[in-house]
Amino acid sequence: MQLTLEFGGGLELLCDSEKIHKVNVDLPNGVQELTMKDLLSWVRTNVIKERPEMFIKGDTVRPGVLVLVNDCDWELSGQLETTIEDKDVIVFISTLHGG
Amino acid sequence: MEASEGKSKKQGASRLCCLCNQRRPVLKRPKTLQQICKECFYEVFEEEIHQVIVKNHLFKSGERVAIGASGGKDSTVLAYVLSELNRRHSYGLDLFLLSIDEGITGYRDDSLETVKRNELQYGLPLQILSYKDLYGWTMDDIVKMIGLKNNCTFCGVFRRQALDRGAALLKVDKLVTGHNADDIAETVLLNILRGDIARLSRCTSITTGEDGPIPRCKPFKYTYEKEIVIYPSLLNHFLKLDYFSTECIYSPNAYRGFAREFIKDLERLRPRAILDIIKSGEDFRIATTTKMPEQGTCERCGYISSQKWCKACVLLDGLNRGLPKMGIGRARGGVNGDHQKETKKPASAARSLESKQCGSLDF
Repeated sequence: MQLTLEFGGGLELLCDSEKIHKVNVDLPNGVQELTMKDLLSWVRTNVIKERPEMFIKGDTVRPGVLVLVNDCDWELSGQLETTIEDKDVIVFISTLHGG
Repeated sequence: MEASEGKSKKQGASRLCCLCNQRRPVLKRPKTLQQICKECFYEVFEEEIHQVIVKNHLFKSGERVAIGASGGKDSTVLAYVLSELNRRHSYGLDLFLLSIDEGITGYRDDSLETVKRNELQYGLPLQILSYKDLYGWTMDDIVKMIGLKNNCTFCGVFRRQALDRGAALLKVDKLVTGHNADDIAETVLLNILRGDIARLSRCTSITTGEDGPIPRCKPFKYTYEKEIVIYPSLLNHFLKLDYFSTECIYSPNAYRGFAREFIKDLERLRPRAILDIIKSGEDFRIATTTKMPEQGTCERCGYISSQKWCKACVLLDGLNRGLPKMGIGRARGGVNGDHQKETKKPASAARSLESKQCGSLDF
């Protein structure tokens, strides 16, 4: 499925300083739906070019990284359980920088 | 950083905003765990800050107020919200932007561009002061001399004075900074970890330095960092908030980083922890038997100081004499906040040094 990923708050530096990535993600074999958990793993492998520990901690994003799925806080849609659909826009913003 | 208003079928289809009960929620507030929509979020965010300002009597009509602006998320949102509220509620304030250029190539020079844009976008006059002009040293110079440890000590000490000097130059009555709830909770923890009782007693005050030249206040004291970050990214109108966001290249070894990680982990488990830490900090009372440092003035420059020389003068002297370790290092002890006085080497009268670990951003 086609997805738009946006990185902000300094996270873009982990992906060759590109803020917006239009990507094509294939569902893992035998799986009907793509969850944020699957997507995170995919992003870590395919989009993050350096220092993955700034983006991911364990199974989920590093504390301090906000995730918005179609302009909506992922805490409302079940965080890692959130299902992702074609043409969705996912935004990752780090809060861990000076103000 | 705008995301399109796309599918809504899976998000909150069965839930509506807690406050208006009409629109779909876009955010779960860490402070209250409420699910609220974009419009209600803006209202409640701005209204809460207005209430903090009013209830704590942060300003008086007619005051000249400088906003410490770094170009980062907190100060940019602060500048925007403060000028909005000033207009909306007629605070009658004369607002300015004050920026400090520490001379960090690739970081500060970029973020200053953001502040210059803010000057135009919000119509607030901007004053920039540099470490080079004030102290004769840029942070790049300092790091070349002292290496990558303890940088934040120098920078934090210098910046605090620089803001006061800038405020004096602008002849303002008050300084505001964008320190948010997360920052203050981190500071409470840091001060506990270091046994810094003097700072612990001050760091949760919303206004500080009232007995000094320029009082400073923190309207975002109860505002969560998450909400400050979300605020501009949901804002859809043409004055889209534009801020600079990178970590300072010299900060990775700062001690504060550990407190920050911890707070973020805590927030995940129990978001209220941040406000509760602040509340604990506010309600600490220092035992009457604890000896506290007395505040006087620096003999060299007249700045406020609890020692003979203020920290900035000690650090600067060290730099100028090629003794970068002066003013750094441990000499602290005693459960009651007593610090052992450590006298350093040659020349002039014995000076006592209050030393601390690296990575402090004192309040």
